[in-house]
Amino acid sequence: MSSSTNTPTHHTSTIGSIGAPSRRNTELALLVFAVVIPVFAYANVGLAIDDKVPAGLLSYGLGLGLLAGVAHLVVRKFAPYADPLLLPVATLLNGLGLVMIWRLDQSKLLQSIKQAGTAAPRQLMYTALGIALFVIVLIFLKDHRVLQRYTYISMVGALVLLLLPLVPGLGANIYGAKIWIHVGSFSIQPGEFAKIVLAIFFAGYLMVKRDALALASRRFMGLYLPRGRDLGPILVVWFISILILVFETDLGTSLLFFGMFIIMLYVATERTSWIVFGLLMSAAGAVGVATFETHVQQRVQAWLDPMHEFMQSRQGVPGHTEQSMQALWAFGSGGTLGTGWGQGHSELIRFAANSDFILASFGEEMGLAGIMAILVLYGLIVERGIRTALAARDPFGKLLAVGLSGGFALQVFVVAGGVMGLIPLTGMTMPFVAYGGSSVIANWALMGILIRISDTARRPAPAPAPSPDAEMTQVVRP
Amino acid sequence: MNKPLRRIAIFCGLLVLALLLRDNYVQYVQADGLRSDSNNRRVAIERYATPRGDIIVDGNPVTGAVKSKKNGIDDFEYKRTYKNGPMWAPVTGYASQAFDASQLEKLDDGILTGNDDRLFFRNTLDMLTGKKQQGGNVVTTLNAAAQKAAYQGLLSRGKGAVAAINPQTGAILALASTPSYDPSAFAGTSGSDEKAWNKLQKKNNPDDPMLNRALRETYPPGSTFKVVTAAAALENGLYTSADQHTDSPLPYILPGTTTELKNEGNIPCKNASMRIALRFSCNTVFGKIGADLRKEKMLTEAEKFGFNSEQLTPVRSNASVFPTKMDRPQTALSSIGQFETAATPLQMAMVASAVANNGTLMKPYMVDKLQAPNLDVISQTEPEKLSQPLSESNAQILQDMMETVVKQGTGTNAQIPNVTVGGKTGTAQHGVANSEKPYAWFISYAKLPDGSSPVAVAVVVEDGSANRDDISGGGLAAPIARDVMKAVIDSKK
Repeated sequence: MSSSTNTPTHHTSTIGSIGAPSRRNTELALLVFAVVIPVFAYANVGLAIDDKVPAGLLSYGLGLGLLAGVAHLVVRKFAPYADPLLLPVATLLNGLGLVMIWRLDQSKLLQSIKQAGTAAPRQLMYTALGIALFVIVLIFLKDHRVLQRYTYISMVGALVLLLLPLVPGLGANIYGAKIWIHVGSFSIQPGEFAKIVLAIFFAGYLMVKRDALALASRRFMGLYLPRGRDLGPILVVWFISILILVFETDLGTSLLFFGMFIIMLYVATERTSWIVFGLLMSAAGAVGVATFETHVQQRVQAWLDPMHEFMQSRQGVPGHTEQSMQALWAFGSGGTLGTGWGQGHSELIRFAANSDFILASFGEEMGLAGIMAILVLYGLIVERGIRTALAARDPFGKLLAVGLSGGFALQVFVVAGGVMGLIPLTGMTMPFVAYGGSSVIANWALMGILIRISDTARRPAPAPAPSPDAEMTQVVRP
Repeated sequence: MNKPLRRIAIFCGLLVLALLLRDNYVQYVQADGLRSDSNNRRVAIERYATPRGDIIVDGNPVTGAVKSKKNGIDDFEYKRTYKNGPMWAPVTGYASQAFDASQLEKLDDGILTGNDDRLFFRNTLDMLTGKKQQGGNVVTTLNAAAQKAAYQGLLSRGKGAVAAINPQTGAILALASTPSYDPSAFAGTSGSDEKAWNKLQKKNNPDDPMLNRALRETYPPGSTFKVVTAAAALENGLYTSADQHTDSPLPYILPGTTTELKNEGNIPCKNASMRIALRFSCNTVFGKIGADLRKEKMLTEAEKFGFNSEQLTPVRSNASVFPTKMDRPQTALSSIGQFETAATPLQMAMVASAVANNGTLMKPYMVDKLQAPNLDVISQTEPEKLSQPLSESNAQILQDMMETVVKQGTGTNAQIPNVTVGGKTGTAQHGVANSEKPYAWFISYAKLPDGSSPVAVAVVVEDGSANRDDISGGGLAAPIARDVMKAVIDSKK
């Protein structure tokens, strides 16, 4: 238990005066688990594949421990009241992801098609960069409300980020989706960063406009229709998300942005009608796009009949992939308890075994039990994020927190649902566990912002400045 | 703003819940189907992850396994090898990394890979003690010397098949088929394996080497079927001894027609006894017996011998055919092994074995036992009676007749010194208007001085290269049968 329990109680104040316990030691204890579990997993992979404890165990353990330790110390110093669960859960997911990526690195098959071999060291580097960004956010962003000032800059920034992949010479079409840009030898997925920047814009815009959107409307057939000028921005965002879908063939990102916006709009205005509008518009958009975009049609057909897709791919019909079926087989072969680390054959999923489909790799080797644990960990991050939103005292913080965690939840749902065949596959990455620099770095930044908001939300209110009136009274006292 | 926030929290919870439910559906409800899906490469990877157990003949494995990993990219650890592959292919079948498996390799895959449920307890123990999973063995009933004799004999003749059975148990002693194939040639996944496989496919190779002629091909049995007809005559009391004169005219006109049933050559078939008729292979005598007995009685007897049903040895044989729909003249033709009558070599070996075993037909089998990796017996096949096509006394009458065939009839080529051999030749004409070269058949059994009969054999030779006039069961097939029987008897000593 922390030493800073029950801070000032000797004064009265309108805002919560009973300070929350800082919970930093709880976080530390959880972090120990979050580092030790992946270290054990790492040893397990080595034992399963080479019958010996992997040579890099110590350096890997120290590396992950060091990163977690630095993150913890920075939180302790700069965000002492932050939610104690967010950092350990993110660390655990990131650590498990690193182990699985390292495990797939050992696959000769993936090495032979140049898709693995050195992914884990790079992912470790990205993790370090991500935690560095996390630290920078916590040190330099003293108060999340500062972000409010950058509302419109964020909008421009997000649009630029999103449209970058369409710039000729910069964008790259990889596996049917134009969502990457090349900078030097690195490829970046700007969408991952746009997610955060866009949430800042939405939060800033909605905080200002929420009254207008909520109240200045006419009732029509039981629904509140907003005024055109208030409705404008949502239509613009909807249109842009459809544009992304069409030109970058990126279903996941457009769904994510649109969903995130609807969630934030609903929270800001407390009007259920917005959800109805949102659903109607996304349905209209989806149907409209699906009628002339063959890529989308293929995805839907592949989802309905993955076996047919597999056979088409085997016969070499272009535009088809056997990945969905391979992922299902991986899940099925894992069964309830899984084959154990290092003992599955997830490399059969080929190049996406460590990125888009890493959940299937987990499903095979850790089984139903492991996947449920991972899903619950994601659920924890999301619910702690929404709890942060509940606790936040300012509407901007509330909106930003719910936007980021709602977006996170949608991303997890879209990716995991796609990989497991619940919904059509969209090709996004599982936050923290999947191989990919942009994703890891952006999600650590996201975690930094959430932790900053939760720190502000749970921080005891500062003791009010001594009231000049009270002093006067004292002076006058006889 | 807190009320919608709580709803969003519930919504996100539902998203996670949906994922959890879907995961349970995929990894629990559907798991078994996905795991064992034949397109799931893991099934094959598992099959070749450990050296397969062996298929064993006379205590020696006819199979083996080698490490197949070349540069580690190949995910199949071990590759199947075969010793004398073409000779044993009709017994073992094949296990190919690229082209699945067949016959014993497929049927006993669980034992050979060690994944069989019956090995579960043992595997669990091995897992706990850190031992790698191993495959068990399939111990066959085959006799290596007999198989060799059969295969060599067929090779010198071209196309054909041999099936040999121990009449007292039903254990299969030889099962050969030519032309054959070497299952080693396509056991792996390389380009040369694929080439070898394609070359063996029927569409690329009219000789169809992958056809197991001993079990899966049905041939018109020709005169060898007269043994069944003779058995039917005795069983139904039409004639009661080998030497009783039959009331058969020469020439014999098929009942209700003007068609004359002919004999091969000028042979003494008029009112001949069944002994004489079998010795000279009289079509007229046995055709008339069939016509006299009528369809039902002939069908009953043929089915008692195993016609019209598949045999599971455990490799499935095709069902031999004795037609169920025919008129009297057709019954007469069927009774001399023509019309639609068709038999597998295994079926005709069963006919000979039932006669040799004093009328009791044993169920044919070729797997003696299944062994765990530590050689413990997991399952042992017990000989099983299939039916009783003949009474003991009638069987002995028929034996007497078949022994005459070898002593002084068409089957003299099958004689073995100091051994009593009974047999029947057959030369089956087929094709439109009998235009194609006939099949040469010989079925026989050997009897030792102590009265026991260790082997019954059926040989069919489809010799496309021989001069048509030279084709006869006695000339082409009987020597092979003799060598097989001799090999079995010699290996007993």
